[in-house]
Amino acid sequence: MTALLEGRDIACVRGERLIFKHLSFELSRGGALLLVGKNGSGKSSLLRVLAGLLPLAQGELVHQGEAAADDLLGYRASLHYQGHLDPVKPALTAAENLSTMSATLGGDPSRVKEAIDHCGLAHVADFTGRLMSQGQKRRLALARLLTVDRSLWLMDEPTAALDSEGQELVATLVAAHRADGGAVVISTHQELGIPNAMTLNLDAYPGGRMDPLFGLEAV
Amino acid sequence: MSALLAILARDLRIAVRQIGDAGTVLVFFMIAVALFPFGLGPDPLLLKKIAPGIIWVTALLAALLSLDRMFEADHADGTLEQLALSPAPLEAIVAVKALAHWLTTGLPLALMAPVLGLMLGLTDDGFGELVITLLLGTPTISLIGAVGAAVTLGARRSGVLVALLILPLTIPVLIFGVGAIDAAITDLPVGPHLAFLGAFLLGTIALSPWAAAAAIRLALR
Repeated sequence: MTALLEGRDIACVRGERLIFKHLSFELSRGGALLLVGKNGSGKSSLLRVLAGLLPLAQGELVHQGEAAADDLLGYRASLHYQGHLDPVKPALTAAENLSTMSATLGGDPSRVKEAIDHCGLAHVADFTGRLMSQGQKRRLALARLLTVDRSLWLMDEPTAALDSEGQELVATLVAAHRADGGAVVISTHQELGIPNAMTLNLDAYPGGRMDPLFGLEAV
Repeated sequence: MSALLAILARDLRIAVRQIGDAGTVLVFFMIAVALFPFGLGPDPLLLKKIAPGIIWVTALLAALLSLDRMFEADHADGTLEQLALSPAPLEAIVAVKALAHWLTTGLPLALMAPVLGLMLGLTDDGFGELVITLLLGTPTISLIGAVGAAVTLGARRSGVLVALLILPLTIPVLIFGVGAIDAAITDLPVGPHLAFLGAFLLGTIALSPWAAAAAIRLALR
């Protein structure tokens, strides 16, 4: 069985700095990959590389047996990326935010109400984004993952700003997604309660300043 | 397709909720045009002669005022990342956002221009051309502006930077926009001027979404 996502010898460069190199991993359906490491070790950069937002400096990403670079639009449309920011518009209500965002991502608008209830936002569904707390915005961002079916979830510290109930919500969402055959890559500094997860420690892939003459290989 | 419609509907809905943003642009347009009679004196012949130029330049500056909000807010709250992950191509999304910008800025400016034209004494000849040239020219400005707004994403003082990048590029639109109105006033053929404005519009429709989408991808790195 081919892996859902495979990274082969990938390297990431931002500006003049090498973030990591010679990094390989394999993620099958139902799998979970936890990214750990110190601040600045490249967890967020790796997630952005996996989301196709940052280019690979070296190596390749293989999605279901085919190079992701060959069909970047299709690859991007098969994943969810939840970064540090919550895409919530202050002028729109929670329900409007979620229904426009899921329509933008090609999702099913009829699932909006259910997702809002599921994420514990029923009582703020008609509040505008301006009135929502940071944790409520994060919950709304997570509700997006439920309205649009995508097999790969990339989450950058998903429990930031969430209360203990919200942290449990993340764990249950991830468990249900894995049971449905999806896979997750999560960067974290906390214990998330995700069973049978592989751990990738980015401290083991040190970066450094790029050599101006010899580039990647000299670092 | 439904993704693009959703983005258009969202941008329009936000514009209606935050009507003050579009309103300030229109009020700026009105006040700036109204300043000229104070500065130049109330000579009706002079004002009528320079009315096309005043209205066009001021409309250009007013449209510029609103360009920085085309992508900046979406960039700041992470929406732009999600747009890049949409099944719709980013180029099409940029075109839709430029359309939304035009509907909330260029179109109201063009519809308001006749009132200001009357105020400056531009009555019979050139009155219709004023609206037509603005309707043809302001979408071009929105599209060129999309490139400027995308290139300056994340930059400090991006509003000023957009103006520096965009204003030189809009000179051709200004020349033929004002030229068409002057031609109508002096009974010369208007068609060639309008044809040039239309050509600029088609050219920017063909080019600017690609340039702006490339700039957004760079900004998201």
